[in-house]
Amino acid sequence: MTGFWTLFLKELLRFWKVSVQTVAAPVLSALLYLIIFGQALEGRLQVYEGVRYTSFLVPGLVMMSVLQNAFANSSSSLIQSKITGNIVFILLSPVSHLEFFGAYVLAAVIRGLLVGAGVLAVTVWFVELRLGAPLWAFAFALLGAALLGALGLIAGIVSEKIDQLAAFQNFVIMPLSFLSGVFYSIHSLPGFWQKLSHANPFFYMVDGFRYGFLGISDVPPYASLAVLGVSFLIVSLISLGLLKAGYKLRY
Amino acid sequence: MRALAGVSLAIGQGEFFGLLGPNGAGKTTLINVIAGLARPDSGAASVMGANVVEDYRRARRMLGVVPQELVFDPFFTVRETLRIQSGYFGIRGNDAWIDEVMHHLDLTAKANANMRALSGGMKRRVLVAQALVHKPPVIVLDEPTAGVDVELRQGLWQFVRRLNREGHTIVLTTHYLEEAELHCNRIAMLKAGRVAALDSTRNLLETFSGLQLRVRLDAERLPEPFPAQVVARDGPLFTLRLPSARELEAVLARLRESAIGIVELEVQPPDLEEVFLRLTGRQS
Repeated sequence: MTGFWTLFLKELLRFWKVSVQTVAAPVLSALLYLIIFGQALEGRLQVYEGVRYTSFLVPGLVMMSVLQNAFANSSSSLIQSKITGNIVFILLSPVSHLEFFGAYVLAAVIRGLLVGAGVLAVTVWFVELRLGAPLWAFAFALLGAALLGALGLIAGIVSEKIDQLAAFQNFVIMPLSFLSGVFYSIHSLPGFWQKLSHANPFFYMVDGFRYGFLGISDVPPYASLAVLGVSFLIVSLISLGLLKAGYKLRY
Repeated sequence: MRALAGVSLAIGQGEFFGLLGPNGAGKTTLINVIAGLARPDSGAASVMGANVVEDYRRARRMLGVVPQELVFDPFFTVRETLRIQSGYFGIRGNDAWIDEVMHHLDLTAKANANMRALSGGMKRRVLVAQALVHKPPVIVLDEPTAGVDVELRQGLWQFVRRLNREGHTIVLTTHYLEEAELHCNRIAMLKAGRVAALDSTRNLLETFSGLQLRVRLDAERLPEPFPAQVVARDGPLFTLRLPSARELEAVLARLRESAIGIVELEVQPPDLEEVFLRLTGRQS
């Protein structure tokens, strides 16, 4: 277990030593979204009866930050280690693929939750927010961050260059998170797009997380949590398989 | 691409073993197989009886590898790097040993410097220290002195020899043949993924290199036939190569028969460089 803890702590230290970039910057981005979208749309848009737009927006922003940063942590740490070659220090050690997976995913979860908490802490002053079902919110944040951490691990393993990883981030993660209903409810979309949104796993994460605050959601939270759980299982198994085989890590 | 083809080697405990060969001979690939960084299509490797694939955790605990590339993690200081490496091997509270290793590698003054701030030679020392944090019984040094200044080279060899005396098995790959000649008691020469020669350093030198003689004679011609190969000639100064010291008697006898006297004689000891060149086929 010492191997796992060491790798986990190393991963925490890695982002903490550059926390301006890894924690403060994404918190600022979320705050900017709130200011711009909140200012532009507050009072003009009401997604749910009796819920102000900003109260709807903030949980979505928090969750989006959790997800994006969890993904960024495991994927960029791994690709950096691969490119600079220092991944060899882990590969030479008796750290198992399970410990490797656990340490990277858990560190990604911590970074995601930390950024999420940061976003919540700076936005809570500007909006009316009540945390109706905190356990639901926490469960979605935790599982969502773990899913994206595991997905980031896959992206980091498969990518050989920074730009391949950037493509993954720009063409998969960004569209999926922006189209997940962070800024709107998918019920406001035309039929086809509404159906398509149901195929986006990010939608269930945001919708379920928001339920923890508003007590309202587009899909029952149990169903969303189930979708999330199954997705996490699939992504984790793929990720563990790649690590065990040493795909693009051991030749 | 086939990097290794049927290499079969057993390195004994406590040996100082040299792995030599030209670029692309498969030295690093062989080390990567032993370290678990590369997986062979067929065949197996074990470290202290532990199979490097099936029993990889035990095998890796037995092994300390100094990689050839100058890699480092720019986020950490020297001490943090060594503590983290200890942790990967399941060791906590390793500071006493870390201090000792840093002392022997002359790293103590740099303990709290960031890896990024170190010179190339210093980074190389940290790589050596990282390979030693878990006191592995087998230490593999892949070109440890490439691009390293003389002072560090001396210090490094002193430390490695001490570890060898204390019972650690050392496996070394190097381009500096004199280093292998000086330190290794047994050598394998790889060529195109195969073992071209495997013997004690002394036997290799004797078998392959033979004896080189520089003689100044009182004549400018040698009798025909002559029982030694003439490598070079400059007037009465001849450089001769003999398969072994045993042939010296025949050379002297032939000269005596022809009434040629020896003015000056110098025996040049065998040299690994020659063995190497002959085996790798670069000798004209």
